[in-house]
Amino acid sequence: MSKETSVKEPLIRLTKRDGMPVWAKILVYLVSILLALGVSALFIFFVTKLNPVDVYKTMWQGAFGGISDTVRKLHISVTVRDICTLLLLGVALAPAFKMRFWNCGAEGQMLMGGVATAFIMIKLGNSGLPNWLLLIIMCAGAILFGAVWGLIPAVFKAVWNTNETLFTLMMNYVAIQITSYCVALWENPFGSNTVGIINQSSRAGWFPELFGQRYGLNIIIAVIATVAMFIYLKKTKQGYEIAVVGESKNTAKYAGISVKKVIIRTMLISGAVCGVAGFVGVAGVDHTISTSTAGGRGFTAIIVAWLAKFNTFFMVAITLLIIFLNRGASEIASKFALNEYAANIITGIILFFILGSEFFITYKMHFRRKVKEA
Amino acid sequence: METNYAVEMRNVTKTFGSTVANKNVSLTIKKGEILSLLGENGSGKTTIMNMLAGIYFPDSGQIFINGREESIRSPKDAFNLGIGMIHQHFKLVDIFTAAENIILGQAEGRLNKKAVRARIKEICDKYGFKIDLDKKVYNMSVSEKQTLEIIKVIYRGADILILDEPTAVLTPQETERLFNVIRNMKAAGKAVVIITHKLHEVLEISDRVTILRKGEYVGTVNTRDATEMMLTEMMVGKKVELNIDRKEPRNTVKRLEVRNLSCYNREGRLALDNISFTAMGGEILGIAGISGCGEKELLESIAGLQKTATGSVIFSDPSTGTDIELIGKSPRVIKNLGIALSFVPEDRLGMGLVGSMGMTENMMLRDYNKDGVVFVNKANPRHLAETIKEELGVVTPSINTPVSRLSGGNVQKVLVGREISSAPAVLMTAYAVRGLDINTSYSIYNLINEQKERGVAVLYVGEDLDVLLSLCDRILVLCGGKLSGIVDARTTTKEEIGLLMTKSGKTPETGEGKGETEDE
Repeated sequence: MSKETSVKEPLIRLTKRDGMPVWAKILVYLVSILLALGVSALFIFFVTKLNPVDVYKTMWQGAFGGISDTVRKLHISVTVRDICTLLLLGVALAPAFKMRFWNCGAEGQMLMGGVATAFIMIKLGNSGLPNWLLLIIMCAGAILFGAVWGLIPAVFKAVWNTNETLFTLMMNYVAIQITSYCVALWENPFGSNTVGIINQSSRAGWFPELFGQRYGLNIIIAVIATVAMFIYLKKTKQGYEIAVVGESKNTAKYAGISVKKVIIRTMLISGAVCGVAGFVGVAGVDHTISTSTAGGRGFTAIIVAWLAKFNTFFMVAITLLIIFLNRGASEIASKFALNEYAANIITGIILFFILGSEFFITYKMHFRRKVKEA
Repeated sequence: METNYAVEMRNVTKTFGSTVANKNVSLTIKKGEILSLLGENGSGKTTIMNMLAGIYFPDSGQIFINGREESIRSPKDAFNLGIGMIHQHFKLVDIFTAAENIILGQAEGRLNKKAVRARIKEICDKYGFKIDLDKKVYNMSVSEKQTLEIIKVIYRGADILILDEPTAVLTPQETERLFNVIRNMKAAGKAVVIITHKLHEVLEISDRVTILRKGEYVGTVNTRDATEMMLTEMMVGKKVELNIDRKEPRNTVKRLEVRNLSCYNREGRLALDNISFTAMGGEILGIAGISGCGEKELLESIAGLQKTATGSVIFSDPSTGTDIELIGKSPRVIKNLGIALSFVPEDRLGMGLVGSMGMTENMMLRDYNKDGVVFVNKANPRHLAETIKEELGVVTPSINTPVSRLSGGNVQKVLVGREISSAPAVLMTAYAVRGLDINTSYSIYNLINEQKERGVAVLYVGEDLDVLLSLCDRILVLCGGKLSGIVDARTTTKEEIGLLMTKSGKTPETGEGKGETEDE
């Protein structure tokens, strides 16, 4: 064979992988998180001149630890509380996203659920109803309002094929305006421009303590929703229809599935679960309503849903990570007198690396081989 | 080293993930010869040529062009070496004219339109191309687009031409003209490679045949020493019976009557124009026509998937003898009436199956909703999936592997298997064997014949006229949405059908008449 020097392979070639065992995927994710921590450490060291190890320790303390037992318990319960709300929103998006209906309106749907909850809390707070009945009525109201907020864009999509991303996004602003109108209406005390803590003395419509846990009911609702949605999507005929419609509307029609019906039904469910998140947020956490009751979590939920590939159990892990980062970030912000942005940058770096690991899971890289001596 | 070879590939290997597309393939292409690259679907014919055209880069192996080892890293490298490939899917700009498409990407210095046109004309005269340089691509027929692609490649100076399944979309008359052009190119000293799986074409046009099987090189034979039997055996790896056992139709009864059916497609063009025919139970009615002649709309109208403008489709129930109108009913309503209408659509993964789901879940697609329970029942579909995997020999790692990961032939087996399993009264298939290897094709023909003997009314849309002639009882020919004739498959000829498909005298270009601009 003649030796040719002109023959050159490209430096890097990409080929698609056939699939990857689960342990390898987890390994890629772990490595990506370690790398992210490394890069963040460089950022922390060079920009803020702090010791990265201290910063990470503080983050951990902010989410799961504390100087004393009471502080630790408080931190953990707050972390769990936040996980529950975000998880509910992620679970709410799962059926819509599985259908490739990009519901960006979780924020508004949650707010509407919250408004309904607060309304019933205020109006029926002194009616003498037992608390459990009041909670059920509030929950039903929240489900109704959330579902309606999901239904409207769904009908427009099903009948006139409007763009659901834009539509659900705009519905958020309508929901915010409605909320601020209600805040003005229910203002308490007068002139404060807030609703204040509702039923502070009677605690009517507040979540009761369960098993000595302040947020026991939040956890139960989130767990039920997560498991139920998993079963709904994987085991029921309606879940099957959602998957078929999401994959190909033509196939759905071929199979005799009414695409319109499925879109509307699925968005009713998605909106309803968002409404439940609003119910939990108002009755179980804030005990008040404001335009920031959802606080951008409706959008964070989109990240959760995507990273978890619409699998509700993976969502638990993803929300855990995101809430941990959030809690940790605000802890270091206050402890080291950093502004919020520094903390957000660390969060951003970690998310970036996790997203980047998708690339290595999907593709394999080939580097140019070293020239072998023939 | 012998430099008589235009191309020499040595021990070329290419893998995609764990799939080996080509394994140590070596082949040669001489100047001034026509080489057929023969192999079943998935045998790696297109992959090996894509490496020559710079679309893929081999994992290992060497490529020599005119005796020199080269590395072809991009289509541009391939062009510079004089290699041009005409793909199955044309790469033309729709809103440009023929001439503009040819010049595209060639502008070095100032563009001298007159000189360019003169050169194109010279090429056309030399090889016998007929083309209207001012015609826009979107007004062209498939055959014209293909001609344009070939001119484009020659204009760019290709000496080595690769044509990927060029006759798949052509009528017999168009194929004959293409072959004449190819013979002229051979006479001009160019090396031509034709990728195909049609044996009679191989024998008709090529000088040598190189056969691949499952990504591996099997051998090369001189065409004059080859027979159809021998090539099939090399291609498949064993002896294959190439006969379709066509029985005389017995006890035919009217099953489906289509009357004055018209419909518009999505672009608002009249896709079906006043079609009337009757399909009998116990008979295979072939439907022939150039792709886009309305065959898709016809089947979808019957299946309740296409909005129709006028006309009716009457289904005569074999058990009760009642007549039921199908137009205006959705697929679910039709199914709930107890009408077993099976449909193998052309778009397998976009309509017939769900790509991201496994075989089991795809089996459920047609009747997951049969009983009124909330939860899906996966036991029966799993059983059916196992049966189909077993009986039709579907190659898949598991019945839960997403069907989009299977090869085209296996995807089709899954789809056809499911549709036949539901004991249909009417079976409609669109291009049922497209992309299938010979063995599987014949097992599909047998399955269809079995259905016919069961008394099923079969509507078979096909592109291979030889198969239509030997499988069907009657053949309905469509041309531009109009019914141009129904012929007896036992007495008609390929030429007759070819003429009906274009519905014009000698050449398809004439008589189209749309969007043509006057010549200079």
